Amino acid sequence: MEDGRPIFLQIAELLENSILDGTLAEESQVPSTNELAAFHRINPATAAKGVNKLVDDGTLYKKRGIGMFVSPGARAKLRSRRRDEFARQYVRPLLTEARKLGIEPAELKKMIDTWEEGR
Amino acid sequence: MSAVATVTNLTKRYRGVTALDGVSFALTENRIHGLLGRNGAGKTTLMQILTAQNFATSGEVSVFGEHPYENEQVLSRISFIKESQTYPSSLRVTHVLRAARLVYPNWDEEYAQRLVDVFQLPGGRNVRKLSRGMLSALGIVVGLASRAPLTFFDEPYLGLDAVARQLFYDHLLADYTEHPRTIVLSTHLIDEVSDLIEHVLLIDQGRLLLDIEAEALRGQVVTVSGPVAAVDEFTRTGTELHRASLGGTARATVRGDFGPAAHDRARSLGLGLEPSSLQDIVVRLTTSNNGHAAGAGSATANKEAAR
Repeated sequence: MEDGRPIFLQIAELLENSILDGTLAEESQVPSTNELAAFHRINPATAAKGVNKLVDDGTLYKKRGIGMFVSPGARAKLRSRRRDEFARQYVRPLLTEARKLGIEPAELKKMIDTWEEGR
Repeated sequence: MSAVATVTNLTKRYRGVTALDGVSFALTENRIHGLLGRNGAGKTTLMQILTAQNFATSGEVSVFGEHPYENEQVLSRISFIKESQTYPSSLRVTHVLRAARLVYPNWDEEYAQRLVDVFQLPGGRNVRKLSRGMLSALGIVVGLASRAPLTFFDEPYLGLDAVARQLFYDHLLADYTEHPRTIVLSTHLIDEVSDLIEHVLLIDQGRLLLDIEAEALRGQVVTVSGPVAAVDEFTRTGTELHRASLGGTARATVRGDFGPAAHDRARSLGLGLEPSSLQDIVVRLTTSNNGHAAGAGSATANKEAAR
């Protein structure tokens, strides 16, 4: 786990990423907190906190006596939430750095187009 | 969550030396606690008092609701693995394990044998002939297989290589998951255990500096660097723990409530921001003589500049 950020948030994000990229399909079972703890070598209480965060926001749901499952519609919901964060996380620092180097927005847009074409 | 042990205003003085100075805290049931601090901070003394191997000068100690001294009810539920455990010279490894089986009601013989294999301990060997690392491994086997409701590990890894230490952490975590119990892990290797511990107790010069959940502490301390004016602006929202300057550039370590908003603020100020690891936090909090260097920003800066 990376330093300096609550581990339960990192666990929640890792699970979200797996849902976003389809590794964890909707209605499929999520690894148990004990499995998560052993795999990531973290305290099981911390792993449980990460899973519970996703239960609280509806991304996961609990089947009594069986475990945690991905809620139907979770992927679309996560995607729209992550899109909102995208601007703050990526576009803003991009603009800040560009301004520092004197790159005009028009030039920046052209750069993005060039890189997209060259992909 | 109930408390397994509580100490209240605990003080221990040796001739002229105050080892513990008015320490109060509780150990919560079924948690892994990290007991951190520098050499001589008072960690071992604290564990000795909790396990009835030392007397407090003043203050209250309660373990499982009772006073631990000569209290068989309490002591049979405690396992204390010391950094330098000594055994009677004639004992072999198998004898130590047999004795442990008699002492600890929850002893799991099958698990102990499995651990003996994992750590490749020679059962027939005299404990006097064990290497430093093997002696540590024997302590770890006893500490884990005793499954005591309250288990103390005081720097249990002396002489163990990185591979054996990782084996210890993995087995500790796996067995704790299956058989939850209260664990106190005293260690210098903070980076190695920071993801395992749920609660942090930090002692410095006999005083308790931190009594906090590890997750709450993560992200509370950050280091920002950039132009001095911007660093000054940022550090106003927290307590500055350390600062270094070079020309117009400064680097400051700050403690405060730093969520995503604080990251955005640092970015818009043109500052680089790095969250501190638990180890960094402990180093910062225990380096200065007066503990917190709160508000002493300029004094610390001068000290740094003079280096």
